[in-house]
Amino acid sequence: MLSYLQRLGAVSISMFERLGRGSLFFVNIVFSVPSVIVRPRLLIAQMHSVGVLSFSLIVISGLFVGMVLALQGFYTLSDFGAEGMLGVMVSASLIRELGPVVTALLFAGRAGSALTAEIGLMKATEQISGMEMMAVDPVKRIMAPRFLAGLISMPLLATIFSAVGIVGGYFIGVGLLGIDEGGFWAQMQAKIDFSEDVMNGLIKSVVFGWVVTWIAIFEGYDAIPTSEGVGRATTRTVVHSAFAILLLDFILTALMFGDI
Amino acid sequence: MLEHNRGAELAETTPFIKVRDVHFSRGSKLIFDGVDMDFQRGKVTAIMGPSGTGKTTLLKLIGGQLKPSSGSIEVDGQNVHQLKRKQLYQLRKKMGMLFQSGALLTDISVFDNVAFPLREHTTLPESMIRHLVLMKLNAVGLRGARYLMPAELSGGMARRVALARAIALDPMMIMYDEPFTGQDPISMGVLVRLIRLLNNALGLSSIVVSHDVKETCAIADYVYLVSAGKVMEHGSPEQLANSDSEWSQQFMQGMADGPVHFHYAAEDYAKDLLGIES
Repeated sequence: MLSYLQRLGAVSISMFERLGRGSLFFVNIVFSVPSVIVRPRLLIAQMHSVGVLSFSLIVISGLFVGMVLALQGFYTLSDFGAEGMLGVMVSASLIRELGPVVTALLFAGRAGSALTAEIGLMKATEQISGMEMMAVDPVKRIMAPRFLAGLISMPLLATIFSAVGIVGGYFIGVGLLGIDEGGFWAQMQAKIDFSEDVMNGLIKSVVFGWVVTWIAIFEGYDAIPTSEGVGRATTRTVVHSAFAILLLDFILTALMFGDI
Repeated sequence: MLEHNRGAELAETTPFIKVRDVHFSRGSKLIFDGVDMDFQRGKVTAIMGPSGTGKTTLLKLIGGQLKPSSGSIEVDGQNVHQLKRKQLYQLRKKMGMLFQSGALLTDISVFDNVAFPLREHTTLPESMIRHLVLMKLNAVGLRGARYLMPAELSGGMARRVALARAIALDPMMIMYDEPFTGQDPISMGVLVRLIRLLNNALGLSSIVVSHDVKETCAIADYVYLVSAGKVMEHGSPEQLANSDSEWSQQFMQGMADGPVHFHYAAEDYAKDLLGIES
């Protein structure tokens, strides 16, 4: 029992110690962001790597999620004779919830794991140490551009995901299931509120972008510099990001839409 | 004139790097237990010792990447571990370091790797940077490899590119971390020649960490033998070769047994085979 408590204590201390280091690392990145703004080329290169290369995954996923939502929604709504509300259902689901959450989960799997692996391997091959010895701050040169790129790319990708998802829903609802086209768009226009739905969805995606990129970069920087260590760090990025996204989604949804 | 001579003499005798009573541990493992060393200006000083004795750690301590638990390290009169971050980075601009792996940035070409410190720390026009990079690459014999990516280089070539990058900012000193490990005889010969040549031509102070006795002694002016957290012996390569110390003889001549035992500490062999627990 005592050893169990000891182990529990050791795990808790190590967890909080890591959280503390991660927080200090984040503060360091925040103070390094101005150096990225004066060198936009670094940011653009990272936005390509983090954002543009995730584009096709997001578009294809968004299209299928929108199509599935329309199919499922149609059969449920038709029981109540409310098929005309399909556009609202698809768009509200995507803009408020699925767009930010699914994009963030995909983003963590595609860009987050790549960031961790890249930074972890840079550490394992002494590139980060080498940079420090060349008097180049790796947080300014490597971490801050990647962080900012993730922070900017994530809401853009979530917006694209939702937009493509709505188009997918339109193809199924109007094209396949024969819902009135005017009603599909008009209901959506009438019911979707810019500040209530669009802005809240956008805030969610910014928060998810922040948390995923922070976790990914920190895990890479903190990885044990061996192939096994980098592999474990990459797995941790995906798992921790998924937990963080779902937990934050619950908290944000409760705050935004739950009248708490 | 007298003053000038005295200044020159002082510069000659005052160590460029002073390591004093340095203690350093990793967790519960003691790496250095009161190490004192002097590295003279313009000389090639070698640090040799068995694997895992903390030779690379010592370079990281000198470069300020690690902090000793006690003791001090002075480089060019500045206590490395009392410097503020900005001052430390200023000092590092005068230090070059050649990592064991080369530590080249893998996503940019050989040319861009050598240009990297120049682009980061200077506002030189691109035409001037091109000239400088080609000069540095020519010095290591790899001007023709400038368009290659690091993945296309052999181990020896990667280290030479890293060497060109290390001298890009015309540093005062270069630290070489195991420069000969895993090299074929030709690459090793090239590196041995380059280290001595660059040291003399550029007036550098060089620290070579290695356990390749023959190659290192061929270019070193002074050698420190390090083991078990202490300096076991130091002197010129000739002095160490003629030393009476059993430990020095074992290391310098590569003998399998001696003060450093061939067998890891274990139970009595016969008892162990019979399964008798002591």
